[in-house]
Amino acid sequence: MRNKLSWFSAPYVVWMALFTVAPVILVVIYAFTAVPPAEGFTLDNFLRMKEFAVVFARSFRLALIATFICLLIGYPLSYFLAKEGPSFQKIAMVLIMLPMWMNFLLRTYAWMSILENNGFLNRMFAALGIIDLGNLINGGLNSLCASLNEGVLAWLNARLGTALLLSTDRATDMTYFRMLYTQGAVVLGMVYNYLPFMILPIYSVIIKLDNSLLEAARDLGASSARVFRKVIFPLSLPGVLSGVTMVFVPSVSTFAISKMLGGGTKLLLGDLIELQFLGGAYNPYLGSAISLVMMVIVVVCMYVMNRFGEGEEQAVVL
Amino acid sequence: MKKLFALTLALAVMVGLLAGCAMDDDKREVNICSWGEYIDESLITQFEEETGIKVNYQTTDSNETLYNLLETTGWGGFDVIVPSDYMISQLIEEDRLAELNYDNIPNFEKIDDRFKNLPYDPENKYTVPYTWGTLGIIYNTQRVTEPVTWDLMFDAEHAGDVLMIRNSRDAFGLALMSLGYSVNTTDEEEIRQAYEKVAQANRDGVYQAFVMDEVFQLMESGSAAVATYYAGDYLSMLESNPDLAYVVPEEGSNWFVDAMCVLKNAKNKTEAEEWINFLCSTEASLANMDYIWYASPNTEALEKYPEYYEETYGEPLDMELYEIMAAPQEVLDRCEAYLVLPADIRALYNDLWTQMGIN
Amino acid sequence: MNLGSRPGLFSRLFTALVFIFLYAPIFLLIIFSFNAGNSNSVWHGFSLHWYGELFQDRLIMGGVYTTLLVSLLATAIATVAGTFAAIGFYNMRRRWREPLMVINEIPMINADIVTGVSLCLFFVAAFAAWNGFVTWMEQTYRLTAPRLELGFATLLIAHISFNIPYVVLAIMPKLRQMDKNLIDAAQDLGCTWMQAFWKVVVPEIKPGIVNGMLIAFTMSVDDFVISYFTAGPKTSTLAMVIYSMTKKRVTPKINAVSTLLFGAVLLLLIVVNVRQARQEKAAAKVRRR
Repeated sequence: MRNKLSWFSAPYVVWMALFTVAPVILVVIYAFTAVPPAEGFTLDNFLRMKEFAVVFARSFRLALIATFICLLIGYPLSYFLAKEGPSFQKIAMVLIMLPMWMNFLLRTYAWMSILENNGFLNRMFAALGIIDLGNLINGGLNSLCASLNEGVLAWLNARLGTALLLSTDRATDMTYFRMLYTQGAVVLGMVYNYLPFMILPIYSVIIKLDNSLLEAARDLGASSARVFRKVIFPLSLPGVLSGVTMVFVPSVSTFAISKMLGGGTKLLLGDLIELQFLGGAYNPYLGSAISLVMMVIVVVCMYVMNRFGEGEEQAVVL
Repeated sequence: MKKLFALTLALAVMVGLLAGCAMDDDKREVNICSWGEYIDESLITQFEEETGIKVNYQTTDSNETLYNLLETTGWGGFDVIVPSDYMISQLIEEDRLAELNYDNIPNFEKIDDRFKNLPYDPENKYTVPYTWGTLGIIYNTQRVTEPVTWDLMFDAEHAGDVLMIRNSRDAFGLALMSLGYSVNTTDEEEIRQAYEKVAQANRDGVYQAFVMDEVFQLMESGSAAVATYYAGDYLSMLESNPDLAYVVPEEGSNWFVDAMCVLKNAKNKTEAEEWINFLCSTEASLANMDYIWYASPNTEALEKYPEYYEETYGEPLDMELYEIMAAPQEVLDRCEAYLVLPADIRALYNDLWTQMGIN
Repeated sequence: MNLGSRPGLFSRLFTALVFIFLYAPIFLLIIFSFNAGNSNSVWHGFSLHWYGELFQDRLIMGGVYTTLLVSLLATAIATVAGTFAAIGFYNMRRRWREPLMVINEIPMINADIVTGVSLCLFFVAAFAAWNGFVTWMEQTYRLTAPRLELGFATLLIAHISFNIPYVVLAIMPKLRQMDKNLIDAAQDLGCTWMQAFWKVVVPEIKPGIVNGMLIAFTMSVDDFVISYFTAGPKTSTLAMVIYSMTKKRVTPKINAVSTLLFGAVLLLLIVVNVRQARQEKAAAKVRRR
């Protein structure tokens, strides 16, 4: 019986061989192939990788920041939601899922017109006088720094023979804050798009925690802070790990968000790969090599994290 | 569960059937890949109604992305493309284009002789010109008061207010011109200098963004003050923002011809030729010129346009605008057309372009 | 589960702020879809003008249609295939199951762009080989076969490929919870193994299947990157249309299509939830009797 049922997976095994394994092997082959007109096996594509170290660093930094912010928002939210009544929870979960059914480009697009120099936020800020306030504060800071430069620092510099100076050229004639096409906008885009991926796994772990454990802890006289620290948080770690991966991986490899909100002056890994295939510089061999390196780094990170998570059953997908 | 699954299947079948009715498989069709904001879309409908050929119209943003799209997806899919001169040379060199049957394109004779047998297609076997124009600097007169030269594209005075063009040929080309070199140089040292100039400005935060057609939104709304783009698109922007001005810098610039060609793998060659013929007609050229503001190579349309404008809008066309659209000879004289670069220089362009965003 | 004290003012406030963050951009998008002017930041008066334009726009409507078709088909196929695959894996020897489960997770672990690029390379290479073969056949034997290119079929294959792993992972836990003797019992009572499958296994793992199906659909609708690399030049999903539109002059047509999508999803959710609530009520009534 058992053996018969195991044949049920045969079609999918063939499918995986064709459409999961073969394509990955092809990427590996491309990554080790010389760029025409040269031919044959080469390591050149990987030797070039150090040129892109900055891009790797930038992508990982932005993705880590975004993941951290998602965790900072997502964990408390999941915890608070789990305390609410069941119907409240149900509605809240639906509301968190709902934006995902509208496609992620629409969600990113929404931010474009909000963040533009002449966009919605800047118009609001101008109307509320916040931009003038910013100019005022900058002006104040400028004069403060100027007097410090003349006073304390001039004295210090004279004593120590240094040339310390505070900047006095903060803009005082701003008509807008520059928000679109900055790295901050890219991080915002990542957080906004992938926050549900953090909330859902954490929430589904917290909601399934064994009640008797919590009661036992309380009966033994633990304060609620202590219950959280010693029981709830450690038990919810699998959800956190799963959330972290689900936010980090798409963040580190995105190209649409960085193109739409980042302006393309500082490339991320995803941009770099896209550029080699469908962008302005055709080189699928290099593109494959970059993809492969990224893949390896991500897999290693996840392996380490899963070891750290002590081989918990993969929490929950959503 | 069963119900939910049945619902999904039923929906899929329904959507499929709807489409099945909408598009017959034997229906004639033509697949076109052009640039964004590059046709009066009512012309597509008109063509479909007149001929019964279904038009599948897609866009991409630059010659380089078009080439990469075709290369990455295996050269299938499209029938007609509208690349610029230098890209056409490259495609002919690589044997990617089909020779046209000019008997099917009687309107070809309406094309001005100036635009026939150009260096990219010396015997004129593969192409029919679609538009021509110049590359120049678009700036906001409220925020830029100094004389406009290519150096403005690297000016830290306007840091964060400049939009650099997002394709290697134009971006390095304008840097080459600002350095006083030829846009067609094959001297690696000169090209590296040009790259370094753009990269340095990028490191200094001069550029708000690298853009192609995003430029419309950003210049029209006043979010940026300086951009390099094409003359026709400037005229489109002017309709929404009268503060904008356009200059072909004194140091010279690029003038280009974009021409329609048929890919060698095209499945619908006759339909493709019918489409090309349709767009060459004087009426279509006039409508197009009025909509996209790019000059047509059709002699009659070019001459008639001021008249057409007056008839349509009831006011005379500002001749200064006409001269921006259809640049007079003295402007073209200081412009240079891009020529196809040798393969190793193209590879260098690609590598440098990849490095651009690293800083 | 009882986490202790009821939520306080602070936590309610925090929750509210997060939801404002999630929904403010969407509501702005919706509001400006009714704008008479073509701006997303300055209000020019109320108008339904952009909805009219939207229905005229073949690219967007084509994109909506392709997205719906590919998501629904991929969900249906992936759900069936994933269910069979999960049951197969579950009944396999450990030695075989574990490596296969790892391979199953590759599309989930890999970044979308890597999956997209690898599938694109694979399809193009395979099609180039096939098309070369066709040309050779034509020249030598005067036989012909259709030449292949990237298009809807490859898009669908890609979607199915990244959907099945989610379905499998959603079903696996339910299989583990199932009493292992159930199948044997059913067979002892005279079921064929096919009957055992349909009458015993499937009902047991039903919640997992539904869950997997929902995840698969969500992933398909939300996807942009993999579609971008596998749809080929001629086919466009809605996301791809929007991506190319954001590279041009922004038009509130995009806002209009977002509004319609949001409305449709909301309506669907309300209908499903109301029905569910009704069924639960009815069930409660029956139980009371």
